[in-house]
Amino acid sequence: MSSSAAPPSSVPLLLAIESSCDETAAAVIARDLTVRSTVVASQDELHERFGGVVPEIASRAHLERLLPVLDEAVQRAGIRLNQLSAIAVATEPGLVGSLLVGLTAAKTLAAVLDIPLIAINHIEAHLYACRMTAGEDVFPAAGMVVSGGHTSLFDCPEPTGYQLVGSTIDDAAGEAFDKVARILGLSYPGGPSIQRAAEGGDPAAFGFPRTFLQEDRLRFSFSGLKTAVLYAVQGIPGSHREVPPLTPQRVADVAASFEQAVVDVLMGKCRQLLRQYNRRTLLVGGGVAANRRLREALDQLATETGTRVILAPPSLCTDNAAMAGIAWEQYDRGQFAPLDTDVTPGLVRLESLRGR
Amino acid sequence: MTIDQSGEQQLAASWNAAAGCLTAEAGSLAGTDRLGAALADGLYPGCVLMLCGNLGSGKTRLVEAIAAGLGCPREAVSSPTFVLVQEYEGRLPLYHFDTWRLRDSDEFLELGAEELLEAEGCCCVEWGDRVEEILPPDRVNVQIDSTGADSRRFTFQATGARSRKLLEQLAAALGAG
Repeated sequence: MSSSAAPPSSVPLLLAIESSCDETAAAVIARDLTVRSTVVASQDELHERFGGVVPEIASRAHLERLLPVLDEAVQRAGIRLNQLSAIAVATEPGLVGSLLVGLTAAKTLAAVLDIPLIAINHIEAHLYACRMTAGEDVFPAAGMVVSGGHTSLFDCPEPTGYQLVGSTIDDAAGEAFDKVARILGLSYPGGPSIQRAAEGGDPAAFGFPRTFLQEDRLRFSFSGLKTAVLYAVQGIPGSHREVPPLTPQRVADVAASFEQAVVDVLMGKCRQLLRQYNRRTLLVGGGVAANRRLREALDQLATETGTRVILAPPSLCTDNAAMAGIAWEQYDRGQFAPLDTDVTPGLVRLESLRGR
Repeated sequence: MTIDQSGEQQLAASWNAAAGCLTAEAGSLAGTDRLGAALADGLYPGCVLMLCGNLGSGKTRLVEAIAAGLGCPREAVSSPTFVLVQEYEGRLPLYHFDTWRLRDSDEFLELGAEELLEAEGCCCVEWGDRVEEILPPDRVNVQIDSTGADSRRFTFQATGARSRKLLEQLAAALGAG
């Protein structure tokens, strides 16, 4: 797979593979957490006309792209495969077909090279991306992951083994962005298109619901917000009150008000999380963390409360393999996966709900 | 049209025996909860509910109510839009599908849907009309329409003997004539 002579690396290296959802990605990460190469092949263009992630396309596209992506990652790092100390792969959570493509490739490489296989949790990797960005130990910390499939809060006392302490009871925040984009006739993915549409919009134009904001429990609900936006755009069913036409200004106002409602809820829950777990550091990861309005609100939180807020840069917020640095923490702890490891596609659930 | 025992305008149902069609009007979310609980009581292994209705009509909300009626922890239920299918443990296993992101029924099959449709659980398929040809011939088609901010009309259509029996039971439970 790799080409001829490569300089010997004195620092141990691992190859990380990520295929849990849209992106097929690989990265070579050194023991000192420097990213030697990172390659991402996104399938967004394939999914755009379907308004979402299409699993059959996703797994087939992963299959087509994985080997070229791996090859590219190894070549860009200027290494040979036999210089690797471990193979890391995301095995949870995600779409089952997509995860299996990455896991099968990772197992094969680990077996052929006779090096350890490390199974990483995609969500934990999102949070660990913040540790990589900081360039130093950031634990203990609190963490929030907001993406198309997740809106989850974590307590992170140590570099691995985060505890899920809150999540959404219905739609994920990113899913709400996608569905509201559909309601407003905007393109997929919803995050960037709503952010664009919201420019010049009045975030106070509509008083959309901030579900659970006033209660102490760490949980989210975005389904009612989605429905409120639908009613603002199409009118309340059975009501004879006429809805104003959906002008560009009205789209901007709805988009801005929707964004503000999401941000208010996320920020409120972050404050509660920090207070309840007595943490002074907040890690924020996931695709929605690329949202400008959320980033500004997090800056404000940092200023007001003295919390150290660490956001992964936008390039690390969307799915990629470079954030898999957490694999080195697992390597150090001897947390290796056997070659008969399976994927765990389902959404992470609160510990208290498991096994019931 | 009959009113349920509570006497409140939360849930009213009517049963058209000739057509095998039950119509339920829920005046509130509490009405939807009562409907889901009554429906859950009659669910049998292998039954399939095809759920149709627009964004925000309350498909996931009805499944929450059914799950609660089956004894699943309510908070275990969330939108399966991203993961496409979720399983909840109750009196019967409940498989909760969402085909919103799917392009066609081939992609539904790729999920291993057939296996779950034939399993000893109950399947609720959101946006089920998109994969109708994969669903078993004897099932309950559920159309959900918004009639107000929190009120919904549920139209249940049986398509076979077993599903008809389920709706007859539901009609009796709701006191529908």
